[in-house]
Amino acid sequence: MKYVDEFRDPEAARRLAAAIAARTSRPWTIMEICGGQTHAILKYGLEELLPKDLTLVHGPGCPVCVTPAGIIDAAVELAAYDDVMLVSFGDMLRVPGSRSDLLSAKAAGGDVRLVYSPLDAVKLAQANPQKRVVFFAVGFETTAPANAAAVLAAKRLGLRNFFLLAAHRRVPPAMEAILSAPSCRVQAFLAAGHVCTVMGYREYLPIAETYRTPVVVTGFEPLDILQGILQAVELLEQGKASVANQYARVVTEKGNLQAQRLMAEVFEICDADWRGIGRIPASGLRLKPTYAAFDAEQVFLLKTADDQERQTTCLAGKVLQGLIKPSDCPAFGSVCRPESPLGAPMVSTEGACAAYFRYRQHG
Amino acid sequence: MCLAIPGRIISFEPDEAGSKMAKADFAGIIKKICIDFLPDVQIGDYVLVHVGFALNKIDEAEALETLNALREVGEAWQEAGQASASE
Repeated sequence: MKYVDEFRDPEAARRLAAAIAARTSRPWTIMEICGGQTHAILKYGLEELLPKDLTLVHGPGCPVCVTPAGIIDAAVELAAYDDVMLVSFGDMLRVPGSRSDLLSAKAAGGDVRLVYSPLDAVKLAQANPQKRVVFFAVGFETTAPANAAAVLAAKRLGLRNFFLLAAHRRVPPAMEAILSAPSCRVQAFLAAGHVCTVMGYREYLPIAETYRTPVVVTGFEPLDILQGILQAVELLEQGKASVANQYARVVTEKGNLQAQRLMAEVFEICDADWRGIGRIPASGLRLKPTYAAFDAEQVFLLKTADDQERQTTCLAGKVLQGLIKPSDCPAFGSVCRPESPLGAPMVSTEGACAAYFRYRQHG
Repeated sequence: MCLAIPGRIISFEPDEAGSKMAKADFAGIIKKICIDFLPDVQIGDYVLVHVGFALNKIDEAEALETLNALREVGEAWQEAGQASASE
């Protein structure tokens, strides 16, 4: 078992699709939360296998896409300091702030480095004691424990030149915000399997019950997604607002308690802005006061609260809430393209607009 | 961002900055990963890895159960299809 190919069998996908069609008796709208799932759906053409009555809308599960322009502006500002090394995951590089992006800051001479792991950022701080190393810590609950582990490693090493520009977001409050909106048309969720790998699915039980909306924790391979959809349809057809776990090979009800413990040691919950969506209560994670010495916002006195969006025709906010499809946006594919993006969802490898551009309208 | 891939633990490595490390095999590509979140992981275990950290073990029995469920869905549907075709 390699845990990949087994979940990509096209014949099994066709049979699952037939089962979904057989059980769908009326129109349903299901939102997949995670941008990784959106990309798999588009890449494997899963929507084409589904009955017409079933609509998939794409959720806000792309941390790069929901990072406010104001925080990107702060990162760009830091990159311009002579003694600062700005370290980021590759995804963030081309995401536009309100004025510029990190790639432009790098081109202008800023010391901007890309890493695969937060621990690599700690190693850069260790190797460059003359620099103040700021790690741009974006990510959901999947990534936040790794960022916490980096802070703890820097603390153990006694580093005084390692800082976090924290832009973590929590997924369950965003699901509640979507369900609370008057324009909400989501009837069931496919929850993000890797967020749940860390957090488990206890947080979703009250959401399913309060909003009478089934939630299916779902994986990322084509068969995972189709099976998640089948389970969601079955719950919808039976009128059951419960939580199901399609991704049981890595997700348990409680999740990874050790990862949660490290996260809780370093971070605390705060209100946070989501780009294009607005402020969502309790949806962010910031450094605790005991770790203030690692907090770039405090050390560099950054102002990131105001989400200063530049005026464009970009409808990313509506895309991220599942209110429109990327291809409904007048800028899509014309003035907004991956090489000249107006909004983050066209840049990120998880953005819904990038997925549509890559797999549907353009090749 | 939340991309995570399965790998098999092949060896334990010396700690780095107090973090527990291991080497994992990703279908032929060997990479060093942090196992701070999985204190009980064993050599030979499959783990799901994200940004250089093992997030959780992959449970083979659960994976097989999922695959069996998929097979049953297929068989039930095929039987239903054959039944309706023969009607």
